[in-house]
Amino acid sequence: MTKTQPGTAPSASPTDAPLLSVQDLTVEFSTAAGVARALRNVSFDVRAGETLAVLGESGCGKSTIAQSIMALLPKPAGSIVGGKILYGGRDLAAERIPAVRELCGTEIAMIFQDPLSSLNPVFRVGAQLAEPFRRRLGMGRREAWAKSLELLKRVGIPDAETRIRDYPHQFSGGQRQRIMIAMALALKPKLLIADEPTTALDVTIQKQVLSLLADLQAETGMAMILISHDLGVVADVATRAAIMYAGRIVETGAVRDMYDHPAHPYTKGLLESIPSQTSIGGRLKPIVGSPPNLLDLPSGCAFNPRCPFATDLCREQVPALRTPTTWPAGHEAACHLSEEVLTHA
Amino acid sequence: MPEAKSAPLLRVAHLKVAYPIRSSLLQRQISANVAVSDVTFDINPGETVGLVGESGSGKSTVARAVIGLVKPDDGVIEFEGRNITGYSRKQFKSVRREMQMVFQDPYASLNPRLTVRDLIAEGWRVHRDIVPRDRWTAEAKKLMDRVGLNPDYSDRYPHQFSGGQRQRIGIARALALRPKVIICDEPVSALDVSVQAQVLNLLDDLQEELGLAYLFISHDLSVIEHLCDRVLVLHHGHVVEQGNAREIFERPRHEYTKALLAAVPVVRPWLDQADEGRHPTGEPAA
Amino acid sequence: MTATAPAPAPAVNATMRHARRARRGVTVRIVVPLVVIGLIVVGAIVVPLVYHYDPLHADLLARLKPPGTVTSDGGTAILGTDQIGSDLFAQIMAGARVSLLVGVATLVISGVVGLALGLLAGHFGGWLDAALMRIADVQLAFPSILLAILVASVLGQGVGNIIIVLSISNWVVFARVARSQVLGLKNREYVEAARALGAGNWHLMFRTLLPGCMAPVIVVATTQFAQVILTEASLSFLGVGVPLGTPSLGSTIYNGTQYLSTAWWISTLPGIVLVILMLAFGILGDALRDKFDPRLRSA
Repeated sequence: MTKTQPGTAPSASPTDAPLLSVQDLTVEFSTAAGVARALRNVSFDVRAGETLAVLGESGCGKSTIAQSIMALLPKPAGSIVGGKILYGGRDLAAERIPAVRELCGTEIAMIFQDPLSSLNPVFRVGAQLAEPFRRRLGMGRREAWAKSLELLKRVGIPDAETRIRDYPHQFSGGQRQRIMIAMALALKPKLLIADEPTTALDVTIQKQVLSLLADLQAETGMAMILISHDLGVVADVATRAAIMYAGRIVETGAVRDMYDHPAHPYTKGLLESIPSQTSIGGRLKPIVGSPPNLLDLPSGCAFNPRCPFATDLCREQVPALRTPTTWPAGHEAACHLSEEVLTHA
Repeated sequence: MPEAKSAPLLRVAHLKVAYPIRSSLLQRQISANVAVSDVTFDINPGETVGLVGESGSGKSTVARAVIGLVKPDDGVIEFEGRNITGYSRKQFKSVRREMQMVFQDPYASLNPRLTVRDLIAEGWRVHRDIVPRDRWTAEAKKLMDRVGLNPDYSDRYPHQFSGGQRQRIGIARALALRPKVIICDEPVSALDVSVQAQVLNLLDDLQEELGLAYLFISHDLSVIEHLCDRVLVLHHGHVVEQGNAREIFERPRHEYTKALLAAVPVVRPWLDQADEGRHPTGEPAA
Repeated sequence: MTATAPAPAPAVNATMRHARRARRGVTVRIVVPLVVIGLIVVGAIVVPLVYHYDPLHADLLARLKPPGTVTSDGGTAILGTDQIGSDLFAQIMAGARVSLLVGVATLVISGVVGLALGLLAGHFGGWLDAALMRIADVQLAFPSILLAILVASVLGQGVGNIIIVLSISNWVVFARVARSQVLGLKNREYVEAARALGAGNWHLMFRTLLPGCMAPVIVVATTQFAQVILTEASLSFLGVGVPLGTPSLGSTIYNGTQYLSTAWWISTLPGIVLVILMLAFGILGDALRDKFDPRLRSA
């Protein structure tokens, strides 16, 4: 969807250095039943103008990534116990929360799954939109209001002049998500984190919101991290993706490469379990078993109990991310048997 | 295709449901919100009929009306030739056991204070003549085994199971009454992709084995396309298109159906686009 | 089960210890009040049977004696004597017996009635709900002291009557809690699922909704228990509670007030027992609320 070359985008950095670099991030949650390691040694880069998708099922830790970057981990239960989040020469993992939040208000923005609970129900949307302009940029009331109106028009709210005085509940779900996007983009962030932005929306609305996001990205040259469980949405929006399972990245690379040639059995299983033209009337090929409990992970590769390829090695040793032999660089999978998975029909 | 002449198991004709809007003070009805109107369809034994629509299209209302959780304002619902529209609560009880429901949210639809055995046996407690009390545990275990749950876990509570396993409990509960029709209200939309396929396969197997008919409600077109023989497309409470599933998905006639089908994100968009010579979504393939 | 825990980092241990301590805290807060209440209950039952003084026996020669005094018959009045020479320890324990009896009986009556009416109102809604809740509003607006005076003047004083008065003024709380809980549960999918099975009103109210109401009701009951004992004490203090000749904590405190400057123990010691009893119930209620909070419950 991003047809713009990263280099031509207005605010893209000329160098090839990543905008955000997450390295070996490890996050733990302490619960009454024990300590759950929500993320284990997660590493990825995002460059300006690029969209990286983080794909995974519930509980795989994909939202924890967003929370870690934005310093939104629930305290005191969740904490970063290892790794770095490098942004603009700073390590966000090591900085104090207020400093990270300051940055997040301006350069890194986020939109959530449920726009209704992210908007304050007792204020008009105009006032909520104008707040960042007034607080962060010190604009006057009138100027901030004009800016808000401009934003509302940009995200495609019809009749924006009158709707700006409405309250959040007076908008439909899709319009609320548009308003959230407007708020997130108000201060022209360099990175937008979208956590399941369309999961609560109907497919027709989802399509509109996704294309709005793509247009805005092309316009501003911002980078985007899209967190999603939907293989189709990821293919639609992202160029690169990281697929997560039980707190680890199990496969990463260009979306098309991974979908056409999955090198991890989990990716392969996901792709095969989706109903498609060929499965009509017949049986689906599900992944057996259930996602693991983070408090009681199997030894070795966390996917091994559900994996048709699993060997003794898989039950003993955790595989590291690697490029399968004779495969082009950039496509990595955390599997001892990637070569076999790739050649398997 | 089932024979066209045999009497349908379930017949819904010109169904209309409106939710009253009441004044807060005196509870007097001010006006009504029409949720669905003029919905007509048949379900034959062993057949799967899909109900597709977006939120607010009224698809759940149709399900709730059919199973008697809301009263229809107009129209006729017939089960095995009997008009059940005006049935009282007592009369409806006998229909209920023939017609069961699987709910959307496996976390909310199971009473957290009951064990799996008690959840499955709840229907037998209501309908006393199905299974004698001393056989409840054994029969519940049999059902657990049938839906792919370990029968040794019959004393566990719902929160000790994963989402997919809970939905299996929900299916076992519905099966406990030995119904002829099961209404599936978005039974897999709360589940992870990898688990969805397991539950869909289970529903498929059960249909084959027990000759069940399904009224399958979903917003997910690929799931509907996979399972259903016939489909109704609902939009704002009206049926905009209905007929053979394959035909509707391949040659949608109504504008709304076309828009709906076009909006579904394709897993490998490059496969379709390659023919048209368009640049594939995403970056050029390595 | 294979323990796959990796080398435990210090941070891990700290957080785990924290969680464990939080859980242990709840247990302690439940056990300690229970022990305290248990001791008072046992005392209230056993002491009047085995202690060598009758709480109602008056001995004017031995009046207003301080704690520890040896009386003429050779025994020791552990906590002293009151204004008519009755033994204070015996009186406190007999008083606690009355207070606990009134408390438990009131809670059982008002709890059962309130729970039943709350379930009915919440489950059926409509005019029944409106009617019951307006009655509850009227009840709340009517001071229990006034009601007690009314009942005492019509039926006379007595432990049974005080229980009736307190039950009448307490059912509302249970009814409201139960009703609001039912309203919250009613639209939950699992209640609808029971309905779809064909469950009738009886099954829905008592098998599906009632268990969901119990946790908050039990918690409310503990706080109400303290409230009821206190109200009984103040009614007895005002002279419209238990009749003369039946020692209750409230009446004993009241009788001692005139002698506060000369014999402080008559009011103070039963007062302390009352405070301990109420504190124990308050802490217990608080801890039970935490115990039933699913967020603090282990998976």
